[in-house]
Amino acid sequence: MKTFKTIAVGAAFAALFSTTAMAACGIESGRVSIVGNEFPAIQSIAAAAAACAGGDVTVESNLTADHQKINVAGMSGDPAEYTTAVVANSSIVALINEDVIRPLDDLVAKHGQDIPKHQLITVDGKIMAVAFMANAQHLVYRKDILEKIGMDAPTSYEEMLAAAAKIRREGILDYPVGGAYKAGWNLAQEFTNMYIGTGGDFFEPGTANVSINNENGIAALEMMKALTAYMNPDYLTHDSNATNAEVEAGNVALLNMWGSRTGNLMDDEGAEEDVYSNIAVGGPLMVGGSGRPATTLWWDGWTVAKNISDEDAEATFLAMKAGISPDMLNDETMSQAVWLMPNFEASPVNEGVLATVAASATPYPMVPFQGLLHTALGDNIADFLKGDETAKQTLADIEAAYTVAATEKGFLK
Amino acid sequence: MKHSSFFWFVLPSALLMLLFIALPIVSVVTQSLYTAHEQVIVEVENCGPFGCTKSTAIDQEATETLRAAEPLGKFAGLDVYTDRNHLAISEVGTLWVESDGLPDFGSALMNLPFYKAMGFTLSYTAIVTPLTIILGFMIALAINSVAKVFRGPTIFFSLLPFIITPLVGSLVLFWMVDARGILGTGLQWLSGDPTLSVKASTGLMWAMLMTYGVWHSAPFAFVVFYAGLQTVNQDTIEAALIDGASRWERIRYVVIPHLTPLVTFVALIQLMDNFRVFEPIISFSAEAHATSLSYAIFNDLGGETRLLSSAAATSVLTIVGVAILLSPILVRTYRDFGK
Amino acid sequence: MSIATRRPLPVQLLAMAFLAIWLIMAAFPFLWTLWGSFKVEGDFFSKADWAQSLSGRLTEIETGAAFTGNGYEGAWIQEEFWRAALNSTIVCICVVTISLTCGTLGGYALSRSPYRYAFWFLLFALIARAMPHMTLVAGYLLPFYQWNLWGHLSTTIIVLVAINQPFTLWMLHAFFKNIPKDLDESAMVDGCTRFQAFRHVIIPVMWPGVITTGLFSFLLAYNDFAVTTMLLNKENQTMVPKLASFLGTTQTKGNVMFAVAAVVSITAPLFVMVMVFQRQIVSGLTAGAVKG
Repeated sequence: MKTFKTIAVGAAFAALFSTTAMAACGIESGRVSIVGNEFPAIQSIAAAAAACAGGDVTVESNLTADHQKINVAGMSGDPAEYTTAVVANSSIVALINEDVIRPLDDLVAKHGQDIPKHQLITVDGKIMAVAFMANAQHLVYRKDILEKIGMDAPTSYEEMLAAAAKIRREGILDYPVGGAYKAGWNLAQEFTNMYIGTGGDFFEPGTANVSINNENGIAALEMMKALTAYMNPDYLTHDSNATNAEVEAGNVALLNMWGSRTGNLMDDEGAEEDVYSNIAVGGPLMVGGSGRPATTLWWDGWTVAKNISDEDAEATFLAMKAGISPDMLNDETMSQAVWLMPNFEASPVNEGVLATVAASATPYPMVPFQGLLHTALGDNIADFLKGDETAKQTLADIEAAYTVAATEKGFLK
Repeated sequence: MKHSSFFWFVLPSALLMLLFIALPIVSVVTQSLYTAHEQVIVEVENCGPFGCTKSTAIDQEATETLRAAEPLGKFAGLDVYTDRNHLAISEVGTLWVESDGLPDFGSALMNLPFYKAMGFTLSYTAIVTPLTIILGFMIALAINSVAKVFRGPTIFFSLLPFIITPLVGSLVLFWMVDARGILGTGLQWLSGDPTLSVKASTGLMWAMLMTYGVWHSAPFAFVVFYAGLQTVNQDTIEAALIDGASRWERIRYVVIPHLTPLVTFVALIQLMDNFRVFEPIISFSAEAHATSLSYAIFNDLGGETRLLSSAAATSVLTIVGVAILLSPILVRTYRDFGK
Repeated sequence: MSIATRRPLPVQLLAMAFLAIWLIMAAFPFLWTLWGSFKVEGDFFSKADWAQSLSGRLTEIETGAAFTGNGYEGAWIQEEFWRAALNSTIVCICVVTISLTCGTLGGYALSRSPYRYAFWFLLFALIARAMPHMTLVAGYLLPFYQWNLWGHLSTTIIVLVAINQPFTLWMLHAFFKNIPKDLDESAMVDGCTRFQAFRHVIIPVMWPGVITTGLFSFLLAYNDFAVTTMLLNKENQTMVPKLASFLGTTQTKGNVMFAVAAVVSITAPLFVMVMVFQRQIVSGLTAGAVKG
């Protein structure tokens, strides 16, 4: 309920200020059409951008969970159906690979001098997107349970295992560890985190040759398996929604969870008082001794389509700039994300993401073929966790599956 | 019927199918024979809110000339079909030579994605299709004996599994079979094993997917058979009765033969739909335990980088698979045609 | 009917017991959903204890009553589910009408042609049905965007009709085979053209089969997710993709219950429809598919 009120109020605000916003947008004419995911933060941005509409300016948006399946097709036509796509650092790659978005340097020079430099995403020196929010996975824990066993919040997966063992030994919870280990995208993401934490590199530098079949790969898999021993046996079916449900039911005390989902855990809906009031967030977890946090940093940002007129591109840039302007942050929208705008005020929920940024964690790799590896990881790791094959075999399978896919896409000969 | 009138009568249907099914099939087959151009990869530096990192990117200008020369991509022939993620011809060959004994070969084969998917798909099809037909037939017989007033509601409730959208139908079922859901708890109680969890074991997951499959499509078979039962020739039944046929003999020798054509029809549709099993796998989050060809297509098209040729090849393999599966029935239809 | 009346008591009881078990299996998840749609998410999807969805502990804590209409209010009023219902109505009516118009013409011709090519036509239609919808839809996207066809109800309607044609043709073909050829051929001897014979002789007797086929077309259009979710824009969404958008990738609190309420809302009209058409379903298939 609450979130919906939020959006409704956000939209109402946007409508109220639309007259002033129109002047502020500074667009005379043009077509703006947004495609993106449907979570509340993006809804707020689209609403703020929509306030630029009027006169010869049209602003439409298509925010859907299927955005990744339609954005390339919708931007390939000439003129493109969508003038802007809201993407993350993983999904911008597909748009760059297909060459459907344009560099923004000229537009930034003309209209975007006030956009803080850290919000500009550059690839090879060219500005390709403007980021507006950050996200990361980090520790979330039950402080009452850790107090009960007399341990501090873990800072590494090794400590997490020790705490989990103690919680189980003392009979507090059977399955104290949680995690989005659902086979497919989620599981691949957890491996990506863990592998980065061990200090491994996914590819041989400068090439598309995968290189995960090594000591780091095995260490990452072994740690994942060790963690699953303390997870609900159904872990291979648990995405972040199901994992959160476990936490809210009071069945989980320690987990690595998305910063964007912790608000849900700490509010007073869906759980008993002694559960939600005891949820706390920590920083990123480490693994082994590499000194690199076992997590990835994510940003969400917007791009501008290539196959559109300069007029539409300019209108789109200005409308989206208005959409992420510091003015759009108000009491309602402030809590929707870890915004990158300078006037963002963090609340306790956001501390995990901020700590992860502060720990200089690695951004999720913006590599043209990372998506192919991600798919191959998601398809094969479950076999190892189920105990059907050795870590070596699983890593070999992943490499083989990736190599075939990368050859088909022309990344490998 | 004259050729010309036949032409005009089927024209609307034919045109629709030509445009929206035949043309896409042609383009899919074409797509499956081509792969992407070699991409020119360069090292770049990417910067963003979290600082700068060394990375790689595609050199669009260099790749552009290649693309312009051959817009369809690089002709690959049947390479995509035979690669490891599909038929894996050379991998299977190696396995055959290297494995010691059939069981070893079998388990190694199941490690290849295509054969793993086929393993589940074929088991699913082989088990769900007959069970659907049998259950549908039994429901039809049972409802046929209910007093007329109750038939409307009974038919509606029997149809529910078929008409509830699988999207949420399975969301609710997925929760129900959870170890702490109502059905999961019930199963634990029945089996006397408090740690039993359907979602944690491959065997139980398969059983659940198949149960769901039968549950979901039995109503379809039921409606068709129920209708067929209404037209069983009463004279034949009476004659059989006079000849002293038992109840079972009457069903066996009169009712079942009468329904045979309907069984063919249901089997045709069910074989095809079961071979393309997809929704239950997604809805029950069973990816770790069961995959199918349709799931492979979904996976190829749903990733950050879409594998169009791979998805196209799998689609063509699906059509070929369905054609092989249906061939016995189709040969019979061919013989009967025009009679 | 006489089969039923002649059943001895034990068989009758056995049949009743089997039917009762089946009906519980078939209806239980729906009834459970119906009950749960008046609870809050924490109860209905409780991982702590399934009995919570019966007792409604959190529903009482969060809303102050044992039952809440929040799911329905959210779905229908806040999220304007009625718009999706309207779109679904338009799509279903159009799909059924166009499918049946094309299908009856084609099915009739296929049943009357003695030539082999008619068989090959049917065979092609059947094999084409094996094409996974996901691949088809992925292929449509690019041309549809290019020609500005994407997002409109009319595009989706035509695609649904086309994808549905093989099934419709097979079913209607089987049905027309059962209408004696003498009927229309004698009309043609009397001087009617083929189309006149179809119009004046066949149309009056074909309704039962057409209604049954129409019901299956209806259900397909009503329940379709693969096509509608990819080809419709937000304003034109039908009920099922709208419902899916309540779930989303990351479930926002409360929205899940909108989806549950929407499921109940979607199913209710089907109850009315089945009650109205149950006799036609039966008589239609009786006349139609029986001889295959």
